[in-house]
Amino acid sequence: MTAFRTLLYKENLRFWKVSFQTVGAPVLTSVLYLMIFGHVLEGRLQPLAGVSYTGFLIPGLVMMSVLQNAFANSSSSLIQSKITGNIVFVLLPPISWLEFYAAYVLAAILRGVVVGIGVWLASLLFARIGIAHPLWTLAFVLLGGAILGTLGVIAGIWADKFDQLAAFQNFLIMPLTMLSGVFYSIHSLPAFWQKASHLNPFFFMIDGFRYGVFGASDASPWLSLAIVSGAFLVLAGLCLHMLRSGYKLRG
Amino acid sequence: MKFFSLPLRVTNTVSSIDPPAIQVRGAVKRFGSLQALGGVDLEIRQGEFFGLLGPNGAGKTTLISAMAGLSRLTEGHISIMGHDVVGDYRAARRALGVVPQELVFDPFFSVREMLRIQSGYFGLRNNDAWIDELLASLDLTAKASTNMRQLSGGMKRRVLVAQALVHRPPVIVLDEPTAGVDVELRQTLWQFVRRLNAEGHTILLTTHYLEEAEELCTRIAMLKAGQVIALDTTSAILTRFSQRALKIRVAGTATLPAQLAGHVMSFAEGLLQLRFERYAQIESMLAAVREAGFEILEIDISKPDLEQAFIEIMHREGGA
Repeated sequence: MTAFRTLLYKENLRFWKVSFQTVGAPVLTSVLYLMIFGHVLEGRLQPLAGVSYTGFLIPGLVMMSVLQNAFANSSSSLIQSKITGNIVFVLLPPISWLEFYAAYVLAAILRGVVVGIGVWLASLLFARIGIAHPLWTLAFVLLGGAILGTLGVIAGIWADKFDQLAAFQNFLIMPLTMLSGVFYSIHSLPAFWQKASHLNPFFFMIDGFRYGVFGASDASPWLSLAIVSGAFLVLAGLCLHMLRSGYKLRG
Repeated sequence: MKFFSLPLRVTNTVSSIDPPAIQVRGAVKRFGSLQALGGVDLEIRQGEFFGLLGPNGAGKTTLISAMAGLSRLTEGHISIMGHDVVGDYRAARRALGVVPQELVFDPFFSVREMLRIQSGYFGLRNNDAWIDELLASLDLTAKASTNMRQLSGGMKRRVLVAQALVHRPPVIVLDEPTAGVDVELRQTLWQFVRRLNAEGHTILLTTHYLEEAEELCTRIAMLKAGQVIALDTTSAILTRFSQRALKIRVAGTATLPAQLAGHVMSFAEGLLQLRFERYAQIESMLAAVREAGFEILEIDISKPDLEQAFIEIMHREGGA
């Protein structure tokens, strides 16, 4: 357990040491989204009955921050270690593939949660919204963070260069997050895009989280939970298989 | 470096039933169609100072990586202190300390943080007393709180050595630790490693500096194209492959006498090189040269050195 705890501690210390960049910057980005979109669209859109547009936007931004930062944490830590070569420091000691996975993903979730809380606190300047079902929000934060943390580990192991990691982030993670209904309700989309959104697991993470906050959502929270849990299990299985086989780490 | 009070002693004494420090059996490693290791067998006993030599691309780092669990063999087995590096990787890795070839560091942490973290990875908490001793022995105490980024190359190298020793491993692997290191650090590093060896640690060293291997290692294996092509004590390799040579610069155009035929290594541009086994032979060799009608201008005797042996072995095997 000491090895696992140390790796988790090291991963957390790593992002805390540069928290201006890893926590401060994403909180500021979300505040800018809130200011601009909230200001422009407030009163013009009401995706959810009884909720202002800014109110609707807040949980979406919180969850988006959780997801993006969870991914950024594990992926950037791994690619940096690989490129600088200090990955040997975690490959030489007796750390199992399971401990390795758990430490990187838990640290990713923690960074996501810290940034998510930061965005939530900053959003209090714009609107105050209560949480209808705290357990549902917690479930989606943890599962969403775990999924993106896992994707970060997969991408960090797979990528040989920062370039490839950036491609993974910009051409996969970014579009899937942006098209997940952070800024709109998918009911406002044409029928085709509504259906397409249902193929995007990120939609269910955001929508499930929103259900936890408002007690209302586009999809049933149970369906969202099932899909998000399923996605997590598939990705965790893939990631653990990569780690156990030593793919790209233990040539 | 002031490391004279360092209690690095390895507690278990070596006996005939002790497992080898490192045992490599039938190690084959293929990367696609490239064969990096072609069936290596090697046994390094506890307490040895062992040298692994070979040209670039011979498979030294591949072999070390497989020992350390950084890469997996295509075929064969490796064990460290009797623990299989795959099946019993936890015990194997606890028994092994590796100083990597590349000057790697984690820019996020200070020297002490790095050593604490590394201790934790090996399951050790509250390892500060030992860390302090390591820092003192490697002359790093003043740099304990300094961020890794701010250290010079030599300092970073010392931290790598300290990192490899945080868990007090009985077997230490140094993969070309003195490449690009200044003379002073090289000397102090060797003094330190020699002391670790004297206290019972098994040392496996790869180096490009053959004089280092000659001076430090008691046994040597030479690798070429993934095969062990020589494996013996350093002195036996020197005797076998690197003979003494008598170099005579001569004037005149006489013919070499027949009695020297078996000794001639080369004769060109007035430089005659004769191999000999015993110094007593020199007198008669010189007499034979003189009697053949040559004038002797200059004499030199070359002693056996590992570099010559190395070149000879590599060439011999290359032609085979």
